[in-house]
Amino acid sequence: MSNSLLNYASITKKISMSIIGLFLAAFLLVHLTINLMLLLDDGGESFRAAAEFMGKNPVIKVFEIILFSAFIIHILLGIILWFQNNAARPIGYQRANITKTSLMSKYMIHTGIIIFIFLGLHFIHFYFVKIGLVSGLMGEDGHPDFYNSALELFKQPLYVIIYIVSFLALGFHLNHAIQSGFQSLGWEHSKYTPAVKAISTIYALVISVGFTIIPLFILIAGK
Amino acid sequence: MDLTLKIWRQANAQAKGKMVEYKVTGVSPDSSFFEMLDVLNQDLIEKGEDPVAFDHDCREGICGTCSLYINGRAHGPDSGVTTCQLHMRKFKDGDTIFIEPWRAKAFPIVKDLIVNRGAFDSIIQAGGYISVNTGGVPDANAIPIPKVNADAAMDAAACIGCGACVATCKNASAMLFVAAKVSQFANLPQGKIEAKRRVQNMVAEMDALGFGNCSNTYACEQECPKEISVSNIAKMNREFLSAKLCADVKDI
Amino acid sequence: MIKLDSKIPEGAMADKWKNYIDHAKLVNPSNKRKLDIIVVGTGLAGASAAASLAEMGYEVKIFCYQDSPRRAHSIAAQGGINAAKNYPNDGDSVYRLFYDTVKGGDDRAREANVYRLAEVSNNIIDQCVAQGIPFAREYGGLLDNRSFGGAQVSRTFYARGQTGQQLLLGAYSALSRQIKKGKVTLYNRRDMLDVVKIDGRARGIITRNLVTGEIERHAAHAVVLATGGYGNVFYLSTNAMGSNVSPAWKAYKAGAAFANPCYMQIHPTCIPVHGDFQSKLTLMSESLRNDGRIWVPKKKEDAEAIKAGKLKPTQIKEEDRDYYLERRYPAFGNLVPRDVASRAAKERVDAGHGVGPTGIAVYLDFEEAIGRLGKSVVEARYGNLFQMYEKIVDEDPYTTPMMIYPASHYTMGGLWVDYNLMTTVPGLYAIGEANFSDHGANRLGASALMQGLADGYFVLPYTIADYLADQIHVPRFTGKEPEFNDVEKNVNERIKKLMSINGKQSVDSFHKRLGHIMWEYVGMARNEEGLKKALEEIPKLREEFWKDVRIPGDTAEFNNELEKAGRVADFLELGELIARDALNRTESCGGHFREESQTPEGEAKRDDENFTYVAAWEYKGDGQEPELHKEHLTFEAIKLVQRNYK
Repeated sequence: MSNSLLNYASITKKISMSIIGLFLAAFLLVHLTINLMLLLDDGGESFRAAAEFMGKNPVIKVFEIILFSAFIIHILLGIILWFQNNAARPIGYQRANITKTSLMSKYMIHTGIIIFIFLGLHFIHFYFVKIGLVSGLMGEDGHPDFYNSALELFKQPLYVIIYIVSFLALGFHLNHAIQSGFQSLGWEHSKYTPAVKAISTIYALVISVGFTIIPLFILIAGK
Repeated sequence: MDLTLKIWRQANAQAKGKMVEYKVTGVSPDSSFFEMLDVLNQDLIEKGEDPVAFDHDCREGICGTCSLYINGRAHGPDSGVTTCQLHMRKFKDGDTIFIEPWRAKAFPIVKDLIVNRGAFDSIIQAGGYISVNTGGVPDANAIPIPKVNADAAMDAAACIGCGACVATCKNASAMLFVAAKVSQFANLPQGKIEAKRRVQNMVAEMDALGFGNCSNTYACEQECPKEISVSNIAKMNREFLSAKLCADVKDI
Repeated sequence: MIKLDSKIPEGAMADKWKNYIDHAKLVNPSNKRKLDIIVVGTGLAGASAAASLAEMGYEVKIFCYQDSPRRAHSIAAQGGINAAKNYPNDGDSVYRLFYDTVKGGDDRAREANVYRLAEVSNNIIDQCVAQGIPFAREYGGLLDNRSFGGAQVSRTFYARGQTGQQLLLGAYSALSRQIKKGKVTLYNRRDMLDVVKIDGRARGIITRNLVTGEIERHAAHAVVLATGGYGNVFYLSTNAMGSNVSPAWKAYKAGAAFANPCYMQIHPTCIPVHGDFQSKLTLMSESLRNDGRIWVPKKKEDAEAIKAGKLKPTQIKEEDRDYYLERRYPAFGNLVPRDVASRAAKERVDAGHGVGPTGIAVYLDFEEAIGRLGKSVVEARYGNLFQMYEKIVDEDPYTTPMMIYPASHYTMGGLWVDYNLMTTVPGLYAIGEANFSDHGANRLGASALMQGLADGYFVLPYTIADYLADQIHVPRFTGKEPEFNDVEKNVNERIKKLMSINGKQSVDSFHKRLGHIMWEYVGMARNEEGLKKALEEIPKLREEFWKDVRIPGDTAEFNNELEKAGRVADFLELGELIARDALNRTESCGGHFREESQTPEGEAKRDDENFTYVAAWEYKGDGQEPELHKEHLTFEAIKLVQRNYK
């Protein structure tokens, strides 16, 4: 697959990256909503219900395939672009570039890698447990108990630090990504682009802060 | 002003280059950057050494020949100017100034600070024109063009082809250069006729020449001496997308 | 022995070009493919000619010394391009543009050429719009015009302050299209070092690859020089650093007559010289004179105080300012032709009223315009020029008047050409600034772009066919002919000689000294004594150059000093011819002002009885005096009268 991806025009790759990226960004909001249910004081009832819905609904099953493909293509494309971009300047400058650029836009691959590593951890802790690749905490019904697994994890300070760093990276990634996605798709307009940039930043804040408060709350409240 | 210069010296395309240190003294703050380099070269010639080769021609900021990467910035610390319009008053007495050539795979070094920007010519040759022959064209006022479109076309057309966008881009991408031409024509009714072909061919040529991809860092816009907006890149993306989606198979 | 035949077609002035087209010989499409044409130079004239010729089917080779054809110095023209469209409905016509151009040229241009120029001017605008050049427009979507010096109508089309750039990019894009098609082969970073003639006809050129140093031969059925002007003979000028006379000079030495070398335009609105290290003068567009008012202090004490930095221009009261152009020329005011404006500035500075730290400058003031139009309108019109000024001078022209002073800008003289634009060497053409034909003794603003594109798009493609029609049976030249051997040998010997001098002084130092001599004695105002002095000094400097110039490096590599040395060596010869021509022409006309020939008020005084001719100089060998040939100018459509801008 990566070979045929290589042959697409640069702008085609960027446009694909954008569409997929914006899709993934939207998915994050769904995920955040479910995660925030961890904070509800209902012994995990809502969270479990949501998790079950996500795990069993056939539409979601199809969606899951799309989601995984999106992740893989996004990551592959990111790596291809990064290699191509590096190859475009085989000999670098002695004096590093100090031109003012869009915040953290130069570090998308780096923030991306952090997010990718976190994604790996996340899979080990949850998704692989779900599909039975890895053993994990089981509930009374014989299904994995993600509610308690999550609470357990959030009690480990090291994990919380990794978690927070990852979501900080995700925040920076998103802050540039969303408005950059609009730019790559050509959705640019003198009237609306400032709003797009603002929304981009707000969305990045909502996602990263939203996810981050969960472990902090759990850790501090000692739930 | 007394200055220390660290300049990239490379005898020719094949040779290995290195940074060489020079001192210049008694530079007037009113002189231009090139006049400062002229002083250095005069010195080197008198000493029987090879003067530093750098590209320059009009020395009034319009021909786009000059191309120095100074202290980590294309065309140096001032913005909205080419190197030839950069004046020494932007530096302080005793400064050390790093002077390097544009760096990109598509811009191989010719000598010292001179690079070959023939890639830009190739991109224009791939479609940066409206295919009309001399003669037999309609009256100039036959097609009214909204002022706002004509102005937008002019904004884009102001590109001088210096390559600062490529030089400063972390990916050595030529998107701003290509977008400026695509956008100029896309803003005009005359240019719409072959717009689909043009954008596809120019982008294909740009890719084939080994320029990097656009990461939307917008550094190009910061260093462009003509301050060409990245909104032209968005416009090109739009043009490209619609061309890819809607153009007839034969329309390339 | 040269015989000048201008080959002006028969008929009334308005019918000549039509008659020519009706009767000129043609080359059929299948024969065009068999004919090669060399074009040297990629400015407006060269690029437009090469593109047009290739579109017609000829095989074209084009050469430029720059890294890309898009960098030719046409790109620096700011103000605009004239055409007789009469879109503003202010009474313009082909005749009026013709009339203004001949009058602006002080009745020293060839009428038939100028009329043709005015006729095709409208086609140029149509062509450029079709190419996608973003000319300025009104809100209604139609093209906007502005006025320029020497005209009482608004006939100048413009693309912000970058008209030359946009027109050049248009021609460059047309050229690029033909390069892609394989009809034009581009040779960039090449210096043309000589012309090759076979049986008296131009059949090729010798070039040096500026990157590798290789000497190359290029052959063709005809050679077109579009190599620009020679204003850099002054060292400091508004020309690009690389602009040079060498190709035209080599043509002159190969037998092409050089016409009116003393007609040089000193542009009134340049940023003044500020120091000895200066390498280049920057032009501020003449369009600034539309709204700016030129003045100096009335009192010498004020000028002195400004020079000493004790007084600011804004502190000088209205009644103490001398708006000398408005005073002397009430009808045209600040919009008098360039030569008149330049001399008037020099007159004030010489009289001790100059301003600025050097005292060699006058003010161009926008206070009144800002008051009348508002800052935003002024900014929309001239914003980029103001910004450029501020970058260079470090003063804000919105709040303090600009300082300007005249500088060498354009050369009306050049290779002599007939109506076909052919020089006195058969098959060798000169177009654009490189020829002499259309601007007489002074060029009006916004006419250089018009002439370059007229020659390239609409004149040469017709006239060259008339010559090539006889050449269709001549097989392609290969460059291996013995004539190429001889010329290449000479070229190599000259390079070897330059490199072997190994003296002490740099090329630039000689160029600077030549510039000083030229500015001092062959500058804005000339007299017999000064010119004779120049004729003594220049050969002496040339001799010193050939004994003591130092060129580091090698020939077989990129060697900028060697490039410059070749060019300066030619300037050192040209300078002498300019002075000789200026000495010969004892009248004042246009850009050529002889102090001996002026009215009591200090205006230029022409001598129509003795000087209504083109002075065409024939090269007679090194160390020999060139021979003067005269093409007498006849005026059918226009009455000869002394210029009057009062």
